[in-house]
Amino acid sequence: MQTFNYVKATNIDKALTGLGSGKFIAGGTTLVDLMKLDVERPSTLVDINVLALDKIEKLPDGGLRIGALVRNSDLAWNADVQKSYAVLSQALLSGASPQLRNMATTGGNLMQRTRCAYFREPSAGTPGGYGCNKRTPGTGCAAMDGFNRTHAILGTSDHCIATHPSDMCVAMAALEAVIHVEGPKGKRTIAFADFHKLPGDTPQVENALEPGELITYVDLPKPVEGARSVYLKLRDRASYEFALASAAVVSKVEGGHIRYVRVALGGVGTKPWRSHEAEAALNGKPVHAATFRAAAEAALAAAKPRSDNAFKVELAKRCLTRTLKLATA
Amino acid sequence: MAMDTLPHAAGIIGAVVPRIDGPLKTTGTARYAVDHNFPGLAHAVAVQSTVGSGSIRTLDTAAAEKMPGVLLVLHHGNMKGAYRLFPHQDDATISEARPPFEDEKIYYWGQFVALVVAETLEQANAAASAVRVEYDVQTPDVRTDLSAGFTGTRQSSWKRGDPDQALTTAPVVVDETYSTPVETHNPMEMHGTVAVWEGDHLTLYESSQGVVNHRIVMAEVLGVPRENVRVISRFIGSGFGGKLFPWPQSTLAAVAARNLKRPVKLSVDRRMMFSNVGHRPHTQQRIRLGATPDGKLTAIRHDFFTETSMLDDFVEHCGEQTPFLYSCPNLEVTTGMVRRNVGAPAPMRGPGAVPGLFALESAMDELAIKLKMDPLELRLKNDAERDEGTNRPFSSRHLKECYLTGAEKIGWKQRTPEPGSMRRDGKYIGWGLAGASWAAARIPCTATVELCPNGRICVRCATQDIGTGTYTIFAQVMHAKTGVPLDRIDVFLGDTSLPDGPTSGGSMVTSAVLPAATSAANEAVTRLLNIATLTAGSPFAGAKADTLTVSHARIHAKDQPASSGIAFEEVIRMANLSDITAAGKTIPSWEDPKARDYSMHSFGAHFAEVEWEPEIARIRVSRIFSIFDCGRIINKGAGANQILGAAVMGVGMALFEDTVHDPRTGQPINGSFADYLVTTCADLPALDVTFLDYPDLLVNEYGARGIGEIGMAGVAPAITSAVYHATGIRVRDLPIRIEDLLQSKILEA
Repeated sequence: MQTFNYVKATNIDKALTGLGSGKFIAGGTTLVDLMKLDVERPSTLVDINVLALDKIEKLPDGGLRIGALVRNSDLAWNADVQKSYAVLSQALLSGASPQLRNMATTGGNLMQRTRCAYFREPSAGTPGGYGCNKRTPGTGCAAMDGFNRTHAILGTSDHCIATHPSDMCVAMAALEAVIHVEGPKGKRTIAFADFHKLPGDTPQVENALEPGELITYVDLPKPVEGARSVYLKLRDRASYEFALASAAVVSKVEGGHIRYVRVALGGVGTKPWRSHEAEAALNGKPVHAATFRAAAEAALAAAKPRSDNAFKVELAKRCLTRTLKLATA
Repeated sequence: MAMDTLPHAAGIIGAVVPRIDGPLKTTGTARYAVDHNFPGLAHAVAVQSTVGSGSIRTLDTAAAEKMPGVLLVLHHGNMKGAYRLFPHQDDATISEARPPFEDEKIYYWGQFVALVVAETLEQANAAASAVRVEYDVQTPDVRTDLSAGFTGTRQSSWKRGDPDQALTTAPVVVDETYSTPVETHNPMEMHGTVAVWEGDHLTLYESSQGVVNHRIVMAEVLGVPRENVRVISRFIGSGFGGKLFPWPQSTLAAVAARNLKRPVKLSVDRRMMFSNVGHRPHTQQRIRLGATPDGKLTAIRHDFFTETSMLDDFVEHCGEQTPFLYSCPNLEVTTGMVRRNVGAPAPMRGPGAVPGLFALESAMDELAIKLKMDPLELRLKNDAERDEGTNRPFSSRHLKECYLTGAEKIGWKQRTPEPGSMRRDGKYIGWGLAGASWAAARIPCTATVELCPNGRICVRCATQDIGTGTYTIFAQVMHAKTGVPLDRIDVFLGDTSLPDGPTSGGSMVTSAVLPAATSAANEAVTRLLNIATLTAGSPFAGAKADTLTVSHARIHAKDQPASSGIAFEEVIRMANLSDITAAGKTIPSWEDPKARDYSMHSFGAHFAEVEWEPEIARIRVSRIFSIFDCGRIINKGAGANQILGAAVMGVGMALFEDTVHDPRTGQPINGSFADYLVTTCADLPALDVTFLDYPDLLVNEYGARGIGEIGMAGVAPAITSAVYHATGIRVRDLPIRIEDLLQSKILEA
């Protein structure tokens, strides 16, 4: 870990002006971890924990506004979230451990960085270290021909195959959340689908935030009447492991047919993976095992596995098939 | 015999006795190695190689040395003469024979190449990352196929009859190869050393499973007399074998402290646990079994490779149980040691037996299937009544009863053999079983018992309690002998200034300390009673000592109740003695004419149940019944805890643990607690432990054998057998992976 300056911001304006080339810190569950590994070397940490962004409020249009500092535990156990956005509560509770969830925040989870072991290696992207285009563009990708069992099969590029690790984000992708940010140039909103970036040839760019912008809220749209939602996470062990494959489904069934559906996958994509292909295969179709399997085939049609992660293609299909069954039962 | 001389034995030997050190641990009062701080303490951080093979071309410490707080940077260029080589000798063992920073050569990824010492840990950390090392890099050999490039000679052992001929003519043959991956010791407390010199005397605060051994090694390596070295490990956050013998961090801390003339603390962090301080080596084992159509074994061949480091000759003795577990006329075990660019392996819970029995017991399950025979029946049919390896009788063997008890508990009669044929609550279930064994012996030990004038008893022994309950065992013996309550018994362990005691390894401590503690207690009480008869003013003055006894902490006439006598400490005070102290020792079983002609082993069986959900390729272990024949269990609480913990580790071995080395660098690439999976609480099956509790009086007068190692043996093959039963997938290469299970043809009906 490198020496850094620490500043505590008492309001949003002070946070924005005090940032400079530093980083905001909230729960610190990713950032401090990466600082210990010398992956993150911020000159300054601006502590935003006391900002008044820790409320969950109902919006006049029936939606829900989640402050960026709402802890994962508080969000997961919130009565409105459990009732109307069950997929989000389930996703949060499937992630990390109770201790981590008590610290991790909503905004921080949007910024969670990949668990790629090569990315996390202190010397990656430096001469003599593993190639990592995320750490130092142009140095290559050691995961490509390394141990890549947990890596992504969707949204990959020749430059990066790092998996997006968040569970919360998969649920938010299916819920079509909207992210509010505030920065030197003022306030704006970002649609969830536009927030995380595909790696392409710039894997170092992970999201749509401009320099100096702070996430302030996440809005969930009004719940779809009559819809049900489910999150299912598959992994080697029962707890405290990132997803090998996960699925978030929000769906509404009328007369035995699917009338509304949103599908997102986790553990398999370089970003929280909204699957329009699966949705197209489901819309208007009868609730039936064959429909689900067809949607799963569609969702994974573009999958590009590497040497160690080919099993994720079938695992993700089974995961989505089961999630659809649960959400439409 | 022992039990007869212990008036309070009935209430405490074999009872569930809470650990006397428990409150110290649960309140954070117990101080572990790196909890020790001293004025002037400096902090050291090791720099690790980022290549797996090659040599250091340049090592630039200029920037690091200029950083704030930096006191010293050690490396191969400035360490000449710091160490002596540790000789191979009989009375001590070192983990990694090459002294740290011996030369510029790199043998494995993560090898320590420099040590930065600074005023604070943060300064040392920052400076360690500023040490610039350039290497001449060679491609490390971390190939997982252990037969690849093997040019050594295979060592043959235990050969009897003609196994090759018997396999040629056997009506039914199983010939399969099984592998177990590199498993990394991950005790909660990592390795760490605080080195403190006072003149030419060194004290090391260590997390060691063997303080006596540690002292001998460090004295040799540092070139100082043994009596100048003191090693203290009062509390240990477990070791699982990884802390049996010293590692380089201890030597480095001692040398840095000597150079600086200041105390130095050096911790091994969790990442380093995966590269620098041992692992269970990768094994690859070919098993060939020959049998008659009715299931009688005619031949066993067990030919295995085990991986070791480039410089250390470590062998994982996978064939140790093979010669005596079953009755079989033709048998051979052969061993091939294979070098790879990895750190030195180390014994890990049940070394040899755990991977070895995974292979042998898996093959037995496969043989049963081939024979269309119940795997339980196959075990019973081939049970050995005599150790056919050494041709000696067993001191005590009740393996058949373990199997029969387990079968009763799980309801084995209801098992239908076809894979995927059993269901419950919408899930497929599978049942499997496997046997376990581990050697028993009585190893040397000394101890002293001190009866104090304040009514307390102090016991001293330089063994240590690695979390197994050794502190409590000593206290139990003292209470059994005298009736002094546990809260008036002080047990001192884990310090080389105490009488020599055994290393905590091999499940030998309990059987070693019981005789020493008992003989010391007996002798102390004998002296006390003599003094009671000789001391003026004592109510027993002039009495014959052999008419007296001690119970309920009181001296009294044998034919009178304890209430008639006086508190034992009153006699010590009357006699104006500071204390009454006696020493005891344990004669090793190999010097005991009654014991040495017997084969002494513990036995056990695990019955595992798994649940299989094919829709999501999910396997979970739902129940494990563990039935063990380990002699008399001295503390049924701590004893059950040993088997439970071992079963949990066995679940991890079966389903999760696998240290993966990057083929290009040789780095353990999943070296963190997020990426290297161990069993979590959520993965725990319902665990049920039964002890048969037959005393083995040839091992010691209590009939107690050890229990630390054996519990892990047999868990993995019981689980893979259950997985086969549920899914139809035979996993021969651990761990069981979702990748394997996705191939299952047992799908949703």
